[in-house]
Amino acid sequence: MLKKALLAGVAMSAIATSAMAAGLSGDKVVVGVLTDLSSIYADVAGKGSIAAAELAVADYGGKVLGKPIEILTADHQNKADIASNIAREWIDAKGADVLVDLVTSSVGLAVQGIGGEKGVVTINSGAATVRLSQKECTATSFHWIYDTYSLAHVTTPTVVAEGGDSWFILTADYAFGHSLEGDASNVLKDLGAKLVGTVRHPFPSTDLSSFLLQAQASGAKVVALANAGQDTINSVKQASEFGIVAGGQKLVALLAFLSDIHSIGLELGQGLLVTTGFYWDMDDEARAFSKRFFEKFGKMPTMVQASVYSSTLHYLRSVEAAGTDDGKTVAAKMKELPIKDPVLRNATIGANGRVIHDMYLMQVKAPSESTSEWDLYKPVKTVPGAQAFQDPKQSGCALAQ
Amino acid sequence: MFELIGIPPQALFGQLLLGLINGSFYALLSLGLAVIFGMLNVINFAHGALYMVGAFVAWFLLQQLGLGYWWALVLCPIVVGLLGIVIEKTMLSRLYKLDHLYGLLLTFGIALILEGGFKHVYGVSGQSYAVPSAFAGGTNLGFMFLPFYRGWVVLLSIVVCLATWYAIEKTRLGSYLRAATENPRLVQSFGINVPVMITLTYGVGVALAGLAGVMAAPIYSVNALMGSNLIIVVFAVVVIGGMGSIFGAVVSGYMLGILEGLTKVFFPEASNIVVFLIMVVVLLLRPAGLFGRER
Repeated sequence: MLKKALLAGVAMSAIATSAMAAGLSGDKVVVGVLTDLSSIYADVAGKGSIAAAELAVADYGGKVLGKPIEILTADHQNKADIASNIAREWIDAKGADVLVDLVTSSVGLAVQGIGGEKGVVTINSGAATVRLSQKECTATSFHWIYDTYSLAHVTTPTVVAEGGDSWFILTADYAFGHSLEGDASNVLKDLGAKLVGTVRHPFPSTDLSSFLLQAQASGAKVVALANAGQDTINSVKQASEFGIVAGGQKLVALLAFLSDIHSIGLELGQGLLVTTGFYWDMDDEARAFSKRFFEKFGKMPTMVQASVYSSTLHYLRSVEAAGTDDGKTVAAKMKELPIKDPVLRNATIGANGRVIHDMYLMQVKAPSESTSEWDLYKPVKTVPGAQAFQDPKQSGCALAQ
Repeated sequence: MFELIGIPPQALFGQLLLGLINGSFYALLSLGLAVIFGMLNVINFAHGALYMVGAFVAWFLLQQLGLGYWWALVLCPIVVGLLGIVIEKTMLSRLYKLDHLYGLLLTFGIALILEGGFKHVYGVSGQSYAVPSAFAGGTNLGFMFLPFYRGWVVLLSIVVCLATWYAIEKTRLGSYLRAATENPRLVQSFGINVPVMITLTYGVGVALAGLAGVMAAPIYSVNALMGSNLIIVVFAVVVIGGMGSIFGAVVSGYMLGILEGLTKVFFPEASNIVVFLIMVVVLLLRPAGLFGRER
């Protein structure tokens, strides 16, 4: 009797597991939005990213393969250890199938590693470090809308061409800052421009005056900021106070989000060159999407938030097409399917998970040129993906060789 | 000699001056903290949040009521002071009979509530507050460009610190305050209203934080996190100066601002932690702080 029951049990579980392989684990798709809800990147990503994911799920119809979609959210506070714990818990205990947003480079790297280990898709919209699509790539990792490489390769050549041939870089002392500083200095070297000096400031910092003073004293033609969020906002404000631009140096924010410029204000921010992967006002499709986002969230989307929308939607489509939520299968499908959404233009995905799409160089408007609260940028140049992003074959990612 | 250090003297003086400016904020905030701890024996964790409230009130006054910086300098400390008095009267005064720690927990909780509230309403990117037009621009001192506003910050903080120290150490009201905290019953038996004195002291202490907030608004962006970033360093400053010593708090504030400025030149990555390293050393060698007395 017992032997029969045991045999039946084993047979049932064998059938069950093989059934699961073709369907959805746990009979639902679980999307985990792991972001910064309370600290310096909360306005860049944060609640807006959650809203973007919700909008994507709603636009997709709320169900995939006839099963419900569940959204998990958590605040990683920009700490890699906290993010790692949450990611593990979500994957092991809550059946998370995909992790999105992942702002802050140290968090992005840590969580991508865990996703690779456990075969769960990680789509990074928020973190910038290009390392995500280089040696540390995984079979299930994606880097969606921008990275330090493209930021450096779009902004730097334009500034150098305008006469900025000596640079001083102010860097946030952590993974992202180092990455951006490294990419920028590589571009400078290729262009024959001079890197006069660099200084690394603690992350985060409220008072950058001391470091700006060093930049001013260096005599470099360009003072570049390799930091983000609140650090950039403080740097731009304090640079204006110390008369860096008035003194003849050019100020370049290698990474500035729409929310940062909105906070800095056009008075102080006018003329800043900004590289972005998405701008709400860039064309009709973007405007339509952004209007709906604004109605839901009350602010225009930053490129990170728009990216969370785009990546979540593409993920859901790929799950539908693949017929399963198994990480590696869906990841392969994601790289196969074309990306069609209001956020990315001319987009393809490299074997290393890097989305290659058009990037835009924009300039912050002067107060007189702006007609509404969020009318902050005017377009300068569109750079096609092949020029902006690193060729996957040269990234060092094992999947792209 | 300067060539040996590897940095030209002009750059060094510039950084020292910047350090002095940061030190002004440390001094003002640690003064308030030291007054509250020295007089009330309360570890006021809400100090950073109240500094933030001061900055936000200044921003609010400008945005909604069109009242500029000079109004804010007067009104914000009063508003924050009143808020402090309300907190003290309704909540803090019940905890005096208990262990220090309850006061710490309460004020910590208040800080979290205030910060959470502002974060919820305004986000974290911060609001901009323009430098008052009277102080726009700056002057080239030769070794650096000094914005007028920052020079004003140093001046005002020195004046306020001196005035507060004088009021507490040299005036009659100050002597009543000091006596009231040493021996409340005896002082009360003389007919002096001790609870009112204590409430006022807390109000004045946090008003100083509110003033620091107004002064900070044009320089640092006005955001919900500005207090929490600063308060930990300020606590370290107070500990270094000596928990009960007002003079110690002020002097340490300026001194540590300058030391931090120097660190930013020679080893910038460590500039966030140098104050804590000094605190560890001071605690090991002189647990009461540089100017404190053993309690």
